[in-house]
Amino acid sequence: MRNKNINEAYSADYREEYPKFTREMKETHTILIPNMLPTHFEFLTVVFGIFGYKNTVVLENESRSVIDEGLKHVHNDTCYPALCVIGQYIDALKSGKYDPDRTAVMITQSGGGCRASNYVPLIRKALKAEFPNVPVLSLNFSGFEKDSGVEVGPKMLLMLAYAIFYGDVLMSLYNSTKPYAVDGDLPDKIKEECVDLVKRALTEGGYKKYKSIVSDMIKRFLAIERRDERKVKVGIVGEIYVKYSPLGNSGLEKFLLSEGCEPVVPALMDFVMYCIVNNINDARLYGKNKKTALVYKLVYKILLRVSRGIIKLFKENGLTPPHDFEHLRKLADRVINQGVKMGEGWLIPAEMAALAEDGTENIVCAQPFGCLPNHIVGKGASRAVKQLYPEVNIVAIDYDPSATKVNQENRIKLMLAAAREKERAREKK
Amino acid sequence: MEKLLGIDVGSTTVKLTVVDPESSEVLYKSYERHLSFVRECTLKELYKIKEKFPDESFKASITGSAGLGLAEKCGISFVQEVQAAFIAIKKFYPDADVCVELGGEDAKIIFITGGTEQRMNGSCAGGTGSFIDQMATLLDISVDEMDELALGAKKVYPIASRCGVFAKSDIQPLINQGAEKADIADSIFHAVVEQTVAGLAQGRKIGGKVLFLGGPLHFLKSLRRAFVTTLGLDEEHAVFPENAPVFMSLGAALYSEEVKAEPLDSIIEKVEAATSHDSVIRTTPLFESTEEYRAFSERHSRTDLSKEDIKLYTGPAFLGIDSGSTTTKLILITPEGKILYSYYGVNNGQPLDTVVKVLTDIRAQAGDRVEIRSSAVTGYGEDMIKAALRVDFGIVETVAHFKAALHFNPNADFIIDIGGQDIKCFKVRAGAIDSIMLNEACSSGCGSFIQTFARAMNMDVEEFSKLGLFAKNPVELGSRCTVFMNSAVKQAQKEGAGIDDISAGLSSSIVKNAIYKVIRAKTPDELGENIVVQGGTFLNDAVLRSFELETGKNVIRPAIAGLMGAFGAALYAAENCHGMEKSSLLSLSELRDFKYTSRSANCGKCTSKCTINVLTFADGRKFISGNKCERGAGQHRVGKEFNLFDYKYKLLCSYAELGTSDENAVKNSTRGRVGLPLQLVMFEQMPLWSTFFRRLGFEVVPSERSSRDLYFKGQHTVASDTACYPAKLMHGHIESLLDAGVNFVFYPQESYNIDEHSSFNHYNCPVVAYYAELLKANNERLSDENLIMPYIDLNDEKTSVNALFKALAPYRVKKSEVKAALREGFKALSEYHAAVRARAAEIIEKARAEDKQIIVLAGRPYHADPEINHGIARLITSLGHAVVTEDAVFEDAPLVDVNVLNQWTYHSRLYRAAEYVSKNDDMNLVQLVSFGCGIDAITTDEMRLILEKNGKLYTQIKIDEINNLGVVKIRLRSMTAAIEEQRRRKNAE
Repeated sequence: MRNKNINEAYSADYREEYPKFTREMKETHTILIPNMLPTHFEFLTVVFGIFGYKNTVVLENESRSVIDEGLKHVHNDTCYPALCVIGQYIDALKSGKYDPDRTAVMITQSGGGCRASNYVPLIRKALKAEFPNVPVLSLNFSGFEKDSGVEVGPKMLLMLAYAIFYGDVLMSLYNSTKPYAVDGDLPDKIKEECVDLVKRALTEGGYKKYKSIVSDMIKRFLAIERRDERKVKVGIVGEIYVKYSPLGNSGLEKFLLSEGCEPVVPALMDFVMYCIVNNINDARLYGKNKKTALVYKLVYKILLRVSRGIIKLFKENGLTPPHDFEHLRKLADRVINQGVKMGEGWLIPAEMAALAEDGTENIVCAQPFGCLPNHIVGKGASRAVKQLYPEVNIVAIDYDPSATKVNQENRIKLMLAAAREKERAREKK
Repeated sequence: MEKLLGIDVGSTTVKLTVVDPESSEVLYKSYERHLSFVRECTLKELYKIKEKFPDESFKASITGSAGLGLAEKCGISFVQEVQAAFIAIKKFYPDADVCVELGGEDAKIIFITGGTEQRMNGSCAGGTGSFIDQMATLLDISVDEMDELALGAKKVYPIASRCGVFAKSDIQPLINQGAEKADIADSIFHAVVEQTVAGLAQGRKIGGKVLFLGGPLHFLKSLRRAFVTTLGLDEEHAVFPENAPVFMSLGAALYSEEVKAEPLDSIIEKVEAATSHDSVIRTTPLFESTEEYRAFSERHSRTDLSKEDIKLYTGPAFLGIDSGSTTTKLILITPEGKILYSYYGVNNGQPLDTVVKVLTDIRAQAGDRVEIRSSAVTGYGEDMIKAALRVDFGIVETVAHFKAALHFNPNADFIIDIGGQDIKCFKVRAGAIDSIMLNEACSSGCGSFIQTFARAMNMDVEEFSKLGLFAKNPVELGSRCTVFMNSAVKQAQKEGAGIDDISAGLSSSIVKNAIYKVIRAKTPDELGENIVVQGGTFLNDAVLRSFELETGKNVIRPAIAGLMGAFGAALYAAENCHGMEKSSLLSLSELRDFKYTSRSANCGKCTSKCTINVLTFADGRKFISGNKCERGAGQHRVGKEFNLFDYKYKLLCSYAELGTSDENAVKNSTRGRVGLPLQLVMFEQMPLWSTFFRRLGFEVVPSERSSRDLYFKGQHTVASDTACYPAKLMHGHIESLLDAGVNFVFYPQESYNIDEHSSFNHYNCPVVAYYAELLKANNERLSDENLIMPYIDLNDEKTSVNALFKALAPYRVKKSEVKAALREGFKALSEYHAAVRARAAEIIEKARAEDKQIIVLAGRPYHADPEINHGIARLITSLGHAVVTEDAVFEDAPLVDVNVLNQWTYHSRLYRAAEYVSKNDDMNLVQLVSFGCGIDAITTDEMRLILEKNGKLYTQIKIDEINNLGVVKIRLRSMTAAIEEQRRRKNAE
């Protein structure tokens, strides 16, 4: 992990031994995955299975002991997502369900300037005390952790991308149906059906026929009988983990649903494309890695095409479509420079603007307490977004192990109270 | 016709209002503290209403932070408190522009006109009613007394307003230095205002007709005054409604109009039935049975010192004084270590008076029979007590505690001391302190914390903690800072947890805080085998038991746990009295005549103008405190030539300010005036950019030098109050540049810093990299025209030149000019680095010649700003060491491979500096970390690893806007003591 210009002989080595993830372990080891997005990640495990990672498990443990283990094993000032993820691993390993000699854990690694790039070493450190034999498997596209990385070929990449697209479609359909369904349990049932449908497409082939798969899902959800009601729409943006993970954000989506709101959660694919575009921008702005940028451009093009296909299907069915990424970029330019690429960077203000444009005027910006990029792009950019869209109401919520749910929910309720007040005033007019 | 009823259940009080639906007239109102008996108190108040309106039906709603749970359980309508306020405001004050409401634990601002917006304090903000309560406890007066006192204040001290814990550490030294209580009281109220204006309004102006609501603002005249003067309001625009304390309940009552009416009895019935269900997390009891407790008490009573009667004893004795932050401890021992006299008491903010009183008593009882051969003092008040009473020795607390612990267990390998304000832990290796851990300013949930809670429950500490011993279901309260815990307690109370359960929960929180936050142990086994616990907080059996349960170990708690500092000082006095003719301690008659006066003044020795406190003793001697350097105390500065920090700062300033007083240079600057803020990425790159712009023919205007005032100047545009202090200071720098009338401010956005080829990548941290984006978005005075912030990677000349050329297009620069100027800038930057390195080499050589220890003070380049480091380098040189910095030495070390991803330019310097220090016997490293720096959460562990693997001490100092160096001094003195101990041992070998 160092610059290639450096002469090996001169360096002082403080690296400690850690267990590697060898190729054989694909067969022998159970691989634990944190539950950032339960549905998406379920699809991803199917893909991993196809590519030889025999047994991958998305963790579901969410009790207080998860947080306690995290607190014990992670530096006090490290971000909350690291604490949740590590706590979840250790709690799971302690549960006795997994044989520590035949278990590994997986994490993604972006290599950006945010400290999240350091999750792999942090997890190693945390595991060392009690589970010294559990290897950490890194999922990255930057060539890190050569001795313990997931080997991703083009085919797997494509399949992972489709899995994410389907996860996004399902998340959007479910959230926009659930609050209005006459039979409140039906959306959950339909969601299960769709999950099976996608899994089948992934394992049995035909997963690339996204048009028919997405149409099918849309049809199933549109068949659910809806009440004619106006609900307050609440967008969720923020740091990638606490934005999505129910463990990280104290079940934010569920809470919003229980408050009679419609949660609007931007797609995970937006984040993937954001990461890709950052590489393209680096070449444009600083002349960095121009050759690889060409590859990124190609990948971006493919993803954009599929996403636009999906958007079209949503529109044809009268549904609010996912964001067009080129449009997101344009919106970003109105608020912040696309050069802001650490953490979730310019994507957060772009999504805020896009939500506001679509009429989702209430936005929760979920961020881990003390998250560095969020100083700039969350709290820091809110004012700029508000100037463009005066009607928008943005509330930043900090998540950390000791912030109580009451406090978090109170702040959201405050926002909702204002939203309803506004709604009433509008009706009067 | 049925009446409207509003019930506001807050964090500390219950408010009820009955309103006539026709006239909106308030028929009845009440305001009661609920002492966490939420349901009971509400019921009591409802019965009172029943007496007044026996046959009435009501439409009722509940509001308030603690009301939600109650409302849900009893099925009464609930309205969000801000919404409730909104309804009432619209009814009674339709022309209000802004509403400020302070409650027990929350603070809110509602902007009504010009875009309705509501702000509520975040999870990290104090500055509320509870904060005021806590501060009153600290001053040992009631809130009302504090209010009265503040009216007679003459000056306002700067007190950190971010959260209670921070403010406390600003206030404590003021108390210890003998500042006037009235002034402190008023400063506290101003801190609350500061917090509201800075933390909540965040740039939006509080003006027009302002409505002030909530209990504290209604009852506290001084707080009102502070708000009105700070906001510059006149009587007409500052409205304090008569019904302010019950205002939310009034709103809730009005909200009830749409609710179905019911007889009061049915409402009472519902509330009565709303008993708690368990959703807070409960843990196991501290003791299962009284037998278990008895065995525990017996075990601990074994470690006791024997006593000797001071009235009968004849012979030599040694005195130890521990003047702590909230308590004062004295002990007199015989040469055999028997106790002749001991004292442990709260100093009520008057440490000197307390010591004089107790010492006079000791002298009187001792008569001529007992000769106090020698004396030593330790603790917060060390310097003052030493000077005032002519105590023979002053020693650092850590050394005192260590000495005392070894007396009880010579094999002790781990010592933990939890005092009123701080936690100290030492690991001991081979009879010497090996590493020291002190609590950071943000997690000092220590002894005084329990005290404050106990008082809030109307109990004394002992009574309160005894309750916890046999609690059946202790609650889990988390383990972060006081403010967080307040909320956790609030939630527990809401769920119906009893005081006993909360007491036990708090004890366990304190222990967990110590083990996992301060010590940062992963497993209890890391602590060691022979643990000695001490400090007043451990006299609390609930805390002691929690500690044993959490660690799974039986530990030693000396019966004099609270006196260990004083005892250690006495032992030190005894060890070091040889060769001393006579103790210089004041005699009985001198003590009886002892008098002093205290006044505060501003030191005029330099531009810092520190607020200092001068104690004048009856014999004409003076003691000065509050000064940041020796000059304030009337001494000469020592070690000036050994301070690379100061050198660096001056050098950078000279690049920035070069030619600003030279009229010719200004005249030649035809292209315009560019403002360069001397902060963050621009700090170290000042040589580059100032040269660049001068070369292009711009007049370079540097920002004002950092100061607390400068910070306040920009505070209203700070968007995120948990960002690091250097970032927050940036806002002031920008204001100063705009005030100077520059054409534009220049701050480049650099995702990548300059590649120094020692790491995998060379990023800046996100805050340093993109701060201009935040500035632009939050400062109305900035625009695309007057803030030029190109995105550049300085490692690539071509794109950098292009970007700069484009950015400066309005000033018609040529590409070739940009290129040449940039090259010249780089030259200046290398010259700067070379000069710093050369100076470091000189310092090192000179230090070696004089046999001084060399401290590598490692952090970020901008830590050299004296407003950011608060003079820490000077403190180190005053302890007799030389100071160099990481950027001056890292290149002399090989490249370092670490376990974490090494990808930030400034941070990778740290690893190499640590490696460099490790290979030099006469060097040690102190790492400066800005509070809130997320990246240093990663680097600090690696730094510790590198240093400890090489047998070096690791010392970390966290810094932020607080300029109280008390804790820092303890740490550095302890480090010095440990270094000396190491040296001694090495020489002995």
